[in-house]
Amino acid sequence: MFNYLEYIREKNFPHIWCAGCGDGIVLKAILRAIEKSGISLDETVMVSGIGCSSRTPGYVDMNTLHTTHGRAIPFATGVKHGNPKLNVIVITGDGDATAIGGNHLIHAARRNIDITVLLYNNYIYGMTGGQCSPTTPTGSRAATAPFGNIEPPFNTSGLAIAAGASFVARADVYNVANCEKMIAMALAKKGFSLVEILTPCPTAFGRRNKMASPVKLMEWLRDNAVPAAKWKKMTEEERRGRMETGVLMDVDKPEYTAEYEKLVTSLRTGK
Amino acid sequence: MAEEQSASKKPAVIRIKLEWCKGCEICVAFCPKKVLVMEGGKAKVENPGDCIKCMLCELRCPDFAITVE
Repeated sequence: MFNYLEYIREKNFPHIWCAGCGDGIVLKAILRAIEKSGISLDETVMVSGIGCSSRTPGYVDMNTLHTTHGRAIPFATGVKHGNPKLNVIVITGDGDATAIGGNHLIHAARRNIDITVLLYNNYIYGMTGGQCSPTTPTGSRAATAPFGNIEPPFNTSGLAIAAGASFVARADVYNVANCEKMIAMALAKKGFSLVEILTPCPTAFGRRNKMASPVKLMEWLRDNAVPAAKWKKMTEEERRGRMETGVLMDVDKPEYTAEYEKLVTSLRTGK
Repeated sequence: MAEEQSASKKPAVIRIKLEWCKGCEICVAFCPKKVLVMEGGKAKVENPGDCIKCMLCELRCPDFAITVE
């Protein structure tokens, strides 16, 4: 048994997330990963934008910041820049981070600033009634795509890799042990890290896509989120419609706040 | 060592906080030993003696409602 009560603001429970929403499963994985990584809660800041996932900081007993839509990463950048000793965790969703906040995401990755972005991908705008997000799969139904989405979705992890993130992983809430492990690795990484966490939205996504029960969506994740080792042995045909999970990118490169500090030191000392 | 073994064989204590349980059924569906059932829209411990303490119900409960000891 893990004592979650040590980490949460119990007075805010039960949380607002719908029955079977995966956001609570992710939150628990985050708390276990934080404990395992041994980081101090006093030196940890959790920043979120707007959306279902962005309600997360309201439930944790640490330094938290609930900001404006799409702008969690800019606020987090400011926090990290102001005090580079802090561990800065961004909680965001597919709508928050890849639509309105898309530019912030790619530029934080390019800059390689040491923040950890935990992106809950539930394939839909859940809070506002199930509109298509940039990650809604082609053919899936949404409030704004009642006959099926004709757009191709973003590969969010691929986007972060292309933009220069030093650590990128994908996880899902069915394989919850891997989810915790990926979050712990991201927390430990010096540099911009992103974990795309696949999580079910029964209310806005499942109901429109013949997976109305939370169990159906968990089964969908079980059958379609594929660990990297198995993924490598699959044919192109088998991979279609499925998602690779595990570490997708892990590279060391100069980190932004460290480089900034070096520049300031060199200008001050003339060396 | 002997003590550790006897500790691991202790029957599981599964607690469900009904005020927080939203009845999503994830714990019931994925319990490998069918320890849990649904009753009145909430999870209920039916066969605690069969529990192997795999912890999957606790880990996957979105509502912080299940603990296994």
